[in-house]
Amino acid sequence: MSQMPQPSQRTALSRCPSCEEPLESGDRFCGACGYDLSAVPPLPGDSPTLTLSGALASAPHPPPEAASVDWPHAPETSGSGKPAPVHLATDLPGTDSGGTALPPVPGRPPMPGLPPTGSPVSPATGVRFDRPAGGEPDEYPLQAPAPPPAGTATPPAGTKVCVACRAGRVDNDGYCENCGHAQPRERDHMEDEVGPLAAVTDRGLRHHRNEDAYAISHTTLPDRAPALVAIVCDGVSSATRPDEASLAASRAAGDSLMAALPQGTHPQQAMHDAIIAASHAVNALADEPGGAREHTPHQNSPACTLVGSVVTPTLLVVGWVGDSRAYWVPLDRSTAPARLTEDDSWAAQMVAAGLMNEAEAYADERAHAITGWLGADAYELEPHTASFKPDRPGVVVVCTDGLWNYAEAADELAEILPPDAASRPLHAARVLVGHALDGGGHDNVTVAVVPFPAPSQGAGSA
Amino acid sequence: MANFSKSNVPQFSVDVYQNEYLPDGGREVSAIVTVTATGGGTVGTGVSAPHLYSPGQGPDAAVAIMVDCSGSMDYPPTKMRGAREATAAAIDAVRDGVHFTVIDGTHVAREVYPGGGRLAVADATTREQAKQALRRLSAGGGTAIGTWLRLADRLLSSSEVAIRHGILLTDGRNEHESPEDLKAALDSCAGRFTCDARGVGTDWEVKEVTAIASALLGTADIVADPAGLAGDFTQMMETAMGKEVADVALRLWTPLGTEIKFVKQVAPTVAELTDRRTEAGPRAGDYPTGSWGDESRDYHVCVEVPSAGLGQEMLAARVSLVIPQPDGSAQNLGAQGLVRAVWTDDMAASTSINPQVAHYTGQAELAQVIQQGLDARKAGDVDGATAKLGRAVQLASASGNADTAKLLAKVVDVVDAAAGTVRLKAKVEEADEMTLETRSTKTVRVKK
Repeated sequence: MSQMPQPSQRTALSRCPSCEEPLESGDRFCGACGYDLSAVPPLPGDSPTLTLSGALASAPHPPPEAASVDWPHAPETSGSGKPAPVHLATDLPGTDSGGTALPPVPGRPPMPGLPPTGSPVSPATGVRFDRPAGGEPDEYPLQAPAPPPAGTATPPAGTKVCVACRAGRVDNDGYCENCGHAQPRERDHMEDEVGPLAAVTDRGLRHHRNEDAYAISHTTLPDRAPALVAIVCDGVSSATRPDEASLAASRAAGDSLMAALPQGTHPQQAMHDAIIAASHAVNALADEPGGAREHTPHQNSPACTLVGSVVTPTLLVVGWVGDSRAYWVPLDRSTAPARLTEDDSWAAQMVAAGLMNEAEAYADERAHAITGWLGADAYELEPHTASFKPDRPGVVVVCTDGLWNYAEAADELAEILPPDAASRPLHAARVLVGHALDGGGHDNVTVAVVPFPAPSQGAGSA
Repeated sequence: MANFSKSNVPQFSVDVYQNEYLPDGGREVSAIVTVTATGGGTVGTGVSAPHLYSPGQGPDAAVAIMVDCSGSMDYPPTKMRGAREATAAAIDAVRDGVHFTVIDGTHVAREVYPGGGRLAVADATTREQAKQALRRLSAGGGTAIGTWLRLADRLLSSSEVAIRHGILLTDGRNEHESPEDLKAALDSCAGRFTCDARGVGTDWEVKEVTAIASALLGTADIVADPAGLAGDFTQMMETAMGKEVADVALRLWTPLGTEIKFVKQVAPTVAELTDRRTEAGPRAGDYPTGSWGDESRDYHVCVEVPSAGLGQEMLAARVSLVIPQPDGSAQNLGAQGLVRAVWTDDMAASTSINPQVAHYTGQAELAQVIQQGLDARKAGDVDGATAKLGRAVQLASASGNADTAKLLAKVVDVVDAAAGTVRLKAKVEEADEMTLETRSTKTVRVKK
C-alpha cells in the first residue's frame, strides 16, 4: 500500500479487530463486543508522522505540519461554529514497526503498552494503539473508495455458533441446527460513514427482519465542488419481498445520482431521474419469481418508499416517494428546524385536504397507509423533489418512519439530534436510531445524517 | 439392473404452505408439506395402455398377487370367477422383466405360479403360463391373511429388486388366525414391501383391510361387485408399475425443545404417521412413505416450539426426503422444505390461518367424524351418529369433497348440507356403508 502524505481522513483502525464493528475515533472499547482497543495490534508502519529510523529529527514530516513538530494535523472540519478539530487516536505517535518504543516525543511519552494516564482532554487522547512486532501494513484499510454500502457489511468473524443458544452450529440456511433460531442477518444492523456523511439502519425490536435500506456516497461536481448523496428506502411490509425492494431502490437511486452528478446534471433533475431509476429497479423485481419462502395466496408486487438528499456547498435537494422523510436542522439551534418532505400518506392527505388536524390524522390507525410508493403496482409514479438554498450551516436528517414515529415534529427531532451532528454524523445517526429503539423500536429504523454545506475536504479523495 | 442413476428416477420437490406468524407466546406451528415426484415413469390410470413399459425401462420390480381362495369365495360363484379374471388382468398389466408370483390364500398360503419358492420373470410366455395356472384356483378353506403376507414377503425378498409390491384380495374376515398373528405378520413385513388391499363383497372387515394397507403403505378399497375387480386390479398393477423409488422416508428435523404434535399424510388419503417415527440422528426422525412414482402427496406437520420473543424467527422444522440404507446412513433425495416460526405483534398476520392448513385440517376431521359416526351408528347411538355424520356432510360440502359427499348421501338423508343437518337413513345398503367407511380417508386438494 502506498504511503499517504496526509493523515487519513478516517481513522486507520476503522473496524473492531474482533467483531468488525465500525469504530469511531476515540473509542476505547468496541461498542459492539467490548473488545479492548488498547490491546489492538499496533499500527502499520505507514503512519505519517512516524519515523522508521528512530531518529525523530530526521522524520519526514509533511511540510505544513512540520511546524508543530510532533503532532499530526487533525483533519479539517468544515463550516464554522463547529467544535475545534480533534486529533484522531491513530494520528498519535506510537512505537515503531519493530515494537520498540520511539524516542520520547515532547509532551507525550509513547511507552508501548502503557495504559492511558491522566484525564483525557479530548476523546481521542485517552486511546493508545500498540503495534505488534512485524505489524502488517496492509492490515488496516486507509482511505479507500467508498464501497456501496450494502456490500460493505462484513460477515461475522470466526466459526458460526448460534447466538441464541451458544451451543449449535449454524447451518447453511442461517438457522441454528440445535435450537432452530434464525441468526442475525447482515442487514439487521448496518452502519456506514462515507466521507462527511453517515447512515445507520437497524431491524428494530419488533420486526423479524430489516426491510429498510440506505445508500450513501459522495462525489465531485464538474466544478470540483463536492456533492453528498444519501438515499433511504423503507420496504412496504404488506408487499412481497419488501427487503429486496428497498435494497434495489436505494442502490439504483444512489448509482444513478453518482453517475449523473459528476456529469453536471442539475442535482434536482438528477434526483428526479434517480427516483425513476429506483422505480424501474423495483418494478423489475415483480417479474422475478418469488423466493421459495414466500407463499402468500395473493402476492403483491415488491414495493418501497424512497427519500434522498443531495447536498452541495450551496444547494440542498431532497426527493421522495412515500412517507420516509428528510429534516433540516440548522447548526445554530436558536433558528427553527424544518421538515423538508410531504408524506405520500393517508394522514398527510387528510391534513392537506383540511379534513383533520395533524394530531387527529396521525392518531388514526390509517395514518401510515401510504398513497405513493415505488413498485409495479403503484398507480402513477409521482417523484417529488425540492431544492433549498440554506443560508446557514446545518444537518439534513434523512430517515424512515421507524425514526420519525418517535420524533415526528422537526422540533422534537432537533432536540434529540446531538449538537455535533455535522462533525460526527455517524454518532448522530446512532443516537437517533437509539432514540427510536429506546422508544420501543416498533419498526425498522434507518437514519442518514448529511452535513450542509458539503465540506470541500475529502470530497475529491474517493 | 437396479440403478438409481437412471434418468427416469423421479426428482423430488418439497413445498411448504404455512402461516409462519405467531402471536406473542404462540407455540404451535402447522404446515402442509407437498412432496412431488416428477420425471419418473407415468402412473398408470384406467385409460392408459397396459403395456406402457418396454423391457429394461424403469427399475426392477417384483409383484406378488394374493388371491383369497377361502370357501366363501364360492358364494356367490361369481366372486371366484371375478377374482380369477381380475388376477388375469393384473398379470396382463405386469410389464416385461418384472418378477411376479401368484399366491393362493386360505388358512394357509400356497404358491400358484411359478412355484418352487421362486419368482417368474414376466414376458409373453410366463404371463400366459400364469393365466393357465389360475384355472387351478378353487375355493375351499379358511382365511389366515398373515400367512399369505409372510409367504409373499419370502418370495419377494428372493430377488434383488428395487420395488417390492403386493396386491391382496380378500372377501372375508381373518378368522383362522388371531389378530395378534396378523399384527405380527404386518410388523415383520412393514418396510419390506408395499401392499394394496381390496375387499370384495360385504363380508369382510373394513378395519382389517385398511389396517393392512396402512401398515404396508398401500391403498385400501372395496370392490362390492366382483365384476369390477378386473379393472381395479389392472389399475392397481399399473400404479405399482409406475413406482420408481421404494422405501422413501420423510425426514423431519426439529429444534431442541420441540414437541411433535402430529405428522400425517393428508392427500391423497389421510394416514397417521406420528407413531411410525424412526429416530435418525440428533433431533431428526424418519416417517415411512413407501414407494413413489410420478405423484404428489401432501403431509400435515404440526409441532410445538419453545416460545421466543416478538421479532424473533426460528426454524420450526426442516423436511427432507431420504432413503434409509441398511447400514443406518441415508441417501438424501435433495429436496427440502423449511417450516418457520416468526413472532409478530401484527394481529392480522398471526391470526390468519393458511388456507392449505385449514383445508386439510377439515379433511382430517372429515375422515374422523365419518369413522366416529359409523361406529356410533353400529353401536345404536342414533343421536351421536346423526351429529357426527351431519358434521361430515357439512365438511365434505364446504371443502368440495364431492365423492365423499355422494357416499355420505347414501347413508344419511341430507336436509341442509351447509348447516350439517341430516337424518339417518332407516335402511342402508351394507355395501354403501362399507364403501363410505373404507373411503372416508380420501381427501381432495385445495381448490386453487
